[in-house]
Amino acid sequence: MASGVKPRVKVPKKASVGETITIKTLISHKMESGQRKDDDGNIIPRSIINRFTADFNGQNVVDVTLEPAISTNPYFQFEAVVPESGEFKFTWYDDDGSVYDTSKKITVG
Amino acid sequence: LASLSSLPAFASLTDDAIATLTGGADLGEGAITLTAPEIAENGNTVPIEFDAPGAAEVTLFADGNPVPSVATFKFGPLSGSRSASTRIRLAGTQNVVAIAKMEDGSFQMAKANVKVTIGGCGG
Repeated sequence: MASGVKPRVKVPKKASVGETITIKTLISHKMESGQRKDDDGNIIPRSIINRFTADFNGQNVVDVTLEPAISTNPYFQFEAVVPESGEFKFTWYDDDGSVYDTSKKITVG
Repeated sequence: LASLSSLPAFASLTDDAIATLTGGADLGEGAITLTAPEIAENGNTVPIEFDAPGAAEVTLFADGNPVPSVATFKFGPLSGSRSASTRIRLAGTQNVVAIAKMEDGSFQMAKANVKVTIGGCGG
C-alpha cells in the first residue's frame, strides 16, 4: 500500500429533494507516472490510482478511469442529484490492489 | 492549433487513440466545451474542466504527452450534470482534447491549446 494515502471529500450536509449538488474530492497519492527515472537512470515503476467511483445509495454518479497523466493528489469536482436522504460512497482503486473509501451522509428535507 | 503539425508523432498517437475510441465515426463540435488555461506555468498540475450536456462518457487526451490518454469519465444515473473538473500533467505545450460519447451514440470533440512553461512528466 502506498504510504500516506488520505481521501478528502466535500459534500453539503443538507439538500432539497432532487437538488443538484457539487462534490469535490481529493486523495493524497504520489501518482508515480512510470515515466520518471531515478538518479541511476532506472525507470521508477508506475504506481497510480487507476479508478475512482462515486455512488449514492448504491446508484452510480460517476466512474472515472485514471491514467498516469492525472496529477499528484488526484482531484475531481462534479455534480450529483440527490433524490432522498442517504450516503455517498467514494472509492479509489490503487495499482497495488489497495482500495480506499470514504462515505458522507446527506439529509434531504 | 499550429502545434498539431509541429508534433506529428504525438498527434498521430492521439489520432489513433481517438479512432479506437470512436471506431472512426465522425466527430461533431459544439455540444462539448473544454476549459483549460491558455498558459500553464507548471505542467505538473493543470486545471481542466469540461461540460458536455447529453454525454454518456467523456475521454480526455493530451496529444503531447508520452501516453496520450488522460482519463475517462462515465456518468451514472445520479450524475447532476455531464461536467467535471480535474488536474492533469502536461509534458509541454500541446493540445488537450476532449471526446464525448453522447447518449445517442454520436461523438463530439473539443480542443484547447495549453502553453506549458515547465513540463510535468519528469522524463
